[in-house]
Amino acid sequence: MLTRRGLIATTAALPFAGAAYAQGSGPIRLACAGPMTGSNAAAGDQMKIGATQAVADFNARGGVLGRQLALEIADDACDPRQAVSVANQLAGRKVAMVAGHYCSGSSIPASKVYAEEGVLQISPASTNPRYTDDGAWNTFRVCGRDDQQGLIAGTYIAKNFRGKKVAILHDNQAYGKGLADETKKALNANGVTETLYAAYTPGERDYNALVSRLKGAGIEVMYIGGYYTEAGLILRQAKEQGMAVTMIGGDALVTKDFWQITGAAGEGSLMTFSADPRKRPSAAAVVASFKAKNIDPEGYVLYTYAAIEIWAAAAAKINSVDPKKVAEAMKAQGPWTTVLGPVSFDRKGDVTVPDYVFYVWKNGEYLEV
Amino acid sequence: MAYALQQLINGISLGMIYGLIAVGYTMVYGIIGMINFAHGDVFMIGAFISLIAVLLLSMGGIMGGPAGILLVLLISIVITGIYGWAIERIAYRPLRGSFRLAPLISAIGLSIVLQNFVQVSQGARVKPMETLVAGGIEVMRQDGFVVQLAYTQMLIIGVTLAVLAVFTVLVTRTPLGRAMRACEQDRKMAGLLGIDTDRTISLTFVIGAALASVAGTMYLLRYGVIDFYIGFLAGVKAFTAAVLGGIGSLPGAVLGGLLIGLIETFWSAYFSVQYKDVAAFSILVLTLIFLPTGLLGRQEVEKV
Repeated sequence: MLTRRGLIATTAALPFAGAAYAQGSGPIRLACAGPMTGSNAAAGDQMKIGATQAVADFNARGGVLGRQLALEIADDACDPRQAVSVANQLAGRKVAMVAGHYCSGSSIPASKVYAEEGVLQISPASTNPRYTDDGAWNTFRVCGRDDQQGLIAGTYIAKNFRGKKVAILHDNQAYGKGLADETKKALNANGVTETLYAAYTPGERDYNALVSRLKGAGIEVMYIGGYYTEAGLILRQAKEQGMAVTMIGGDALVTKDFWQITGAAGEGSLMTFSADPRKRPSAAAVVASFKAKNIDPEGYVLYTYAAIEIWAAAAAKINSVDPKKVAEAMKAQGPWTTVLGPVSFDRKGDVTVPDYVFYVWKNGEYLEV
Repeated sequence: MAYALQQLINGISLGMIYGLIAVGYTMVYGIIGMINFAHGDVFMIGAFISLIAVLLLSMGGIMGGPAGILLVLLISIVITGIYGWAIERIAYRPLRGSFRLAPLISAIGLSIVLQNFVQVSQGARVKPMETLVAGGIEVMRQDGFVVQLAYTQMLIIGVTLAVLAVFTVLVTRTPLGRAMRACEQDRKMAGLLGIDTDRTISLTFVIGAALASVAGTMYLLRYGVIDFYIGFLAGVKAFTAAVLGGIGSLPGAVLGGLLIGLIETFWSAYFSVQYKDVAAFSILVLTLIFLPTGLLGRQEVEKV
């Protein structure tokens, strides 16, 4: 009993210790956490590029509240267990804010650690509703939610592929299953029932058995709740087995690595993602500076950039980097000017105006439908 | 019928790759009684060397056609073979005669070293390669269901059978094979009778690595997507195959690989895709309960 009380006392004291540090002098520590290795490393790379650039830009302008920013890059490999240990490490290093993580399956358990330890978390990419629905003080996201994304995908399939045989597949992870279930809900609500609903194991390379099963069921459209490596392989193997099938996926397919895996088989694949942030006038200057370095700020680059911008703007506005005060300010005092345009948050930490649209892969590029 | 045939093709080509890797596990176990946990990563190295070879040859403009693939295969076999030799020399030979667990731990360490080496030197991202061998033939058509046999699947089945045939001749008909079998039965006695046991063990590792590199090349051609971590899953499956077939038995390894591939595929085909690994491993457990030495393993007098 005594030890447990001691433990609570320690955890309760930690946020104050963190806050005290954050008020001190020296650089303010920020972190970018995501899959820097493993099969989603392309997305982690995007986040790293965005965060590094944002921190460099702020430091060039004299930092935040007169202090320089120091960025830590942390790798969770999209593994929930590794995400928790990374979260503990970052909390121990007294970071004021984390831009991350990428996979919902990592963001959700990590957010519990951050909430206890007094760290603000803004995810550029985790779309599972539970991430903010759990109601912690510290969770924000600059992307949409799977219930919004799934609603649009399900309605679109029901409208544009009426009478075709639809399969819904997912990888049984927080993001993939969440998205697949929301899509299924919207699809069923529109009076369409899927022919097949199945889960696959992520991390494998041979999905031929699954593909043959789809072929046997005469599937013409497959919705995939999962990440780009597996989605790409399934599509490649489906075309190899002579299937004529259209793949529809979520925001996790928005990377050129998807096309590299599928090659020409990816032609015509559809996915939901926010209206291209690279084309917004608010992003023009930053996009130009990326292009000058020969980097295409695709996918989550600008979202990660915006996460840091919002945090910096809120901290500057209330003249404090205390994570709890910044979190309150972020919710109450928006909208915030970012590369994505003006962003404001509701009480849960979700963006108020999500804007999902459909993209199609054509010739190695993705275009708005 | 057509559906089952398609799944049979899928299962066999997957199982052949498991089998090729499993042979490496079983050979090393047979000769020094140790599980070489780094073997899955040797397979991964083989796949990476093949990818690099493909890229270099395409740059030199000599890729394309069966000759190019044969060249890639040869390059991969030679370089991965050198890896196999070096691994034995550096990590296992100094520990020979030490307590039983020492080389096992050394193998696990080496597996981590190889993974991290590739991760650092080649990057952590998934490496995709465009399809080299595209297309296939239509085997049969029934009620609108077309059974496809991809050229890569034919390649895998053909190459695996050819490699295994060569390998069987090597073990049963050559002086090296005789030396290997002698070492397997009694290393000390074989040494006393004038067999260079160190050299024989080295060559066993080289051959095991060469087979893993063939599997790596086939894997690359078939799936076209590799990363530094593929050795782990493939290694676990192949190790399971070796145990299922009876560790130490060469035909057992191939049989085990085929069985694992077929069980996984048919379970996904008729039951749940999600639980295919559960099915494969449950059958392993059942087999080991009733046949503790695996399907084709023989009773050992004392080992472990």
